[in-house]
Amino acid sequence: MSESQSGSPEIDVRYTADLARLKLTDQEVARFQQQFGDILKLVDTLTKLDVEGVEPTAHPAPVLDIMREDEVEVNLMKDRVLENAPDSALNQIRVPKVVDA
Amino acid sequence: MLLGGETTSREIVESVATAISAQDEAIGGYLSADFERAIIEAEAADLSLPLGGIPIALKDNINALEHPCSCGSRFLESGYNSPYDATVSALLKQAGAVLYGRTNLDEFAMGSSTENSAIKQTRNPHDTSRIPGGSSGGSAAVVAADMAVAALGSDTGGSIRQPASHCGVVGLKPSYGRVSRYGLVAFASSLDQIGPVTKTVEDAALVLQVIAGDDPKDSTCLPAEVPDYTSTLDKGIAGMRIGLPREFFADQALDSGVRSNVEEALGLLEGQGAELVEIALPSTEYAVAVYYILAPAEASSNLSRYDGIRYGQRVDNGEGVVPLYRESRAEGFGPEVKRRIILGTYVLSSGYSGKYYLKAQKARTLIQKEYKEAFKDVDVIMGPVSPKPARKIGAHSESPLEDYLADVYTISANLAGICGLSVPCGTVNFEGSELPVGLQILGPHLAESQILRAGRAWEKIRDSG
Repeated sequence: MSESQSGSPEIDVRYTADLARLKLTDQEVARFQQQFGDILKLVDTLTKLDVEGVEPTAHPAPVLDIMREDEVEVNLMKDRVLENAPDSALNQIRVPKVVDA
Repeated sequence: MLLGGETTSREIVESVATAISAQDEAIGGYLSADFERAIIEAEAADLSLPLGGIPIALKDNINALEHPCSCGSRFLESGYNSPYDATVSALLKQAGAVLYGRTNLDEFAMGSSTENSAIKQTRNPHDTSRIPGGSSGGSAAVVAADMAVAALGSDTGGSIRQPASHCGVVGLKPSYGRVSRYGLVAFASSLDQIGPVTKTVEDAALVLQVIAGDDPKDSTCLPAEVPDYTSTLDKGIAGMRIGLPREFFADQALDSGVRSNVEEALGLLEGQGAELVEIALPSTEYAVAVYYILAPAEASSNLSRYDGIRYGQRVDNGEGVVPLYRESRAEGFGPEVKRRIILGTYVLSSGYSGKYYLKAQKARTLIQKEYKEAFKDVDVIMGPVSPKPARKIGAHSESPLEDYLADVYTISANLAGICGLSVPCGTVNFEGSELPVGLQILGPHLAESQILRAGRAWEKIRDSG
């Protein structure tokens, strides 16, 4: 992380987009860079807040594991799912080659 | 009216269709509607059911079997038909409702203006040069323009309440865990809730009655009993203690017209026997920052499923699977979605997650505690929904932060998991237009009966004046 003149953090937009598997144009990188500067300045106001000893909250209500019998039931219909796939063959979704032979 | 035989379900559905063909070109509230099927369903509807024969519009991020579900995104705009019913869709059908149309939204519900829809711009029926609010802007606009009897929306940081306020209709965000999200396209899973957008508080209660309850398909749904929401609606406001957060009313950004409408409403409620109590919610100033860490973080994870493999758009240049992901996402997502995915990825990335994500989760605990503390002393909390009435379309196109800051009064309800209602509260003259204002009523977790009762009491006072 590098600090800009105003002391707010700077985000490496292209690198972060890459982590998220997003391809960006040069124009998008420039535009987002400027907009993220403003947003991160806002987000950085949190540094003022004292959270010493406070437990983090992930969900607003407790989420508990629920056990049930493992019973087979009718769920998604295969043909409807395949209709939504960009490419399918032999009753399956066709994907690009992932591993080299 | 339906049960009394004064009208038929087919007539209602047809009148919705007529209103849409007359007005929706100017408003742009719907992304699609299928009246051929709707009329068949209307004719077969069992009118003895709670919503028998009533047409209800769905925000286009809620799945309904064999309907489109574009999420306002190029990614899903063509070729996607839901292979299943969301739990709310199934419940509405079981209650006799006719699902016929899909309303516009900010892409994947990210935004508060409906300008981020990749498909079309929805306009505010009160002034078509202005935003309807968002992200459930289509749902609010079609109810306001009499192009729908009722609609469902989703609210992650105010996305039901704020458009309801901007369009002059009722919007309810139920408590976290009250309504199943199974089949709602996930944006930020610890914040999202589905709720009704209606003309009256009573209608909101009727729709909530049908969609509330536990669901084995959503592990965050709560088994708590669903009360009869309509039976307590008319109990009045006398004796209720109303908390007024000083941080909301001291806000420099609050428009003086909005403030005076809300204050007038509070005065009238006091006149009916309510007790006004000033309260403090000091973490309010951090709520927007907390939200714009947590919501993008969750979104960046949720939206990783849009990779061009199983559904939606695929752009394949034959260079392998990773370029396929990158190209499909580059072409499928609009700028706001990209911004939030990048921001979310950043705050979760190695080295920053402690500084941002964990800190925001701790701040969230403080916000939740403040509300809990406040509700020990008051029954409901009231204030404005949004600092200003609906702005002009395009006014913030290069500064998303301006819109983020305007979420200040709605966001903390999602962070705390409590319920919130927006009820029309007159209009103000703003930049030369007469525009609606909403009164926000917040209640403790699972206390929807309380906010509906308070909202109904306000409606009665408003309509008698």
